[in-house]
Amino acid sequence: MFRVTMFHVTRRYEFAASHRLHSPELSEEQNRQLYGKCNNPYGHGHNYVVEVSVRGPLDGATGRAVDLPALDALVGREVLVPFGHRNLNQEVAAFGTVVPTSENLGFEICRRLKRNWKQAFPGEWPKLEKIRIGETPRNIFEVGADEID
Amino acid sequence: MTDYNLIVSPKALGASKKAPMVITRKVEFSASHVCRDPKLSEEENQRIYGLAANPLGHGHNYVVEVSVEGDPDPMTGMVLDLKELKAILTREILEPYDHRFLNYEVPPFDREVPTTENIALDIWRRLEPQLSDGRRKLHGVRVYETPDLYVDYFGERAGSA
Repeated sequence: MFRVTMFHVTRRYEFAASHRLHSPELSEEQNRQLYGKCNNPYGHGHNYVVEVSVRGPLDGATGRAVDLPALDALVGREVLVPFGHRNLNQEVAAFGTVVPTSENLGFEICRRLKRNWKQAFPGEWPKLEKIRIGETPRNIFEVGADEID
Repeated sequence: MTDYNLIVSPKALGASKKAPMVITRKVEFSASHVCRDPKLSEEENQRIYGLAANPLGHGHNYVVEVSVEGDPDPMTGMVLDLKELKAILTREILEPYDHRFLNYEVPPFDREVPTTENIALDIWRRLEPQLSDGRRKLHGVRVYETPDLYVDYFGERAGSA
């Protein structure tokens, strides 16, 4: 038995989007109390920072653990293009009924990457490990790929 | 973060005790905006403003650095009491701008396109009367739309560089 050295590679992306935190299951007053200024009716926005973490052994031929252009293409197509410069509540189908908190946004991003992972990386490695999403530099949310379907 | 949001620097190397100092304080707000001019066609808006013209808007974490220039008060050693500066920035920037859709909720952006340049200009207009007196004046406003993009505005400066 031998051990393969695993590398953990994280790449950082950014997109600008707007959102409003408002739950249709609560009253106007309850929404205001729960979400505070994030419930303001016209919404507001953030520069979201997304970190995608991948793990895998080194490819002997290239000296890399992950093909970064392939990762960029996947994240671009699944996250940056559909979310960038968009109103998340009104323009991203997943948030038609689900409140676009950063928890739910992180969930959706991780789900999209996981669902399309094999198409971008057909081999056994690398694997998607986790994503982190920063709504502001002080609010950061992490979702592990194994924690979701 | 709040521990690092104050920068005090002499205006120039070799500043004497009499030389003006510039103090800078930083605040952050999150807002959404859309950059489009209702007088232009859809095609022209897309050409000029690109993705920022998407009609439903998008947002940013804006960072604003406000610099005040003056001689330190000989008694207190301060150009401006920073508690006072913080209160002014909260009242004039954060209260109107934070968690708002600029085009719909923050005049003059109901009629002016909220580019970073126009935001810097509006912040200057809000602050200038509050910060300038005999001993000090507003020196500059810097607005970051993203960490990679910022605008500086130093007011109208007749004949000076």
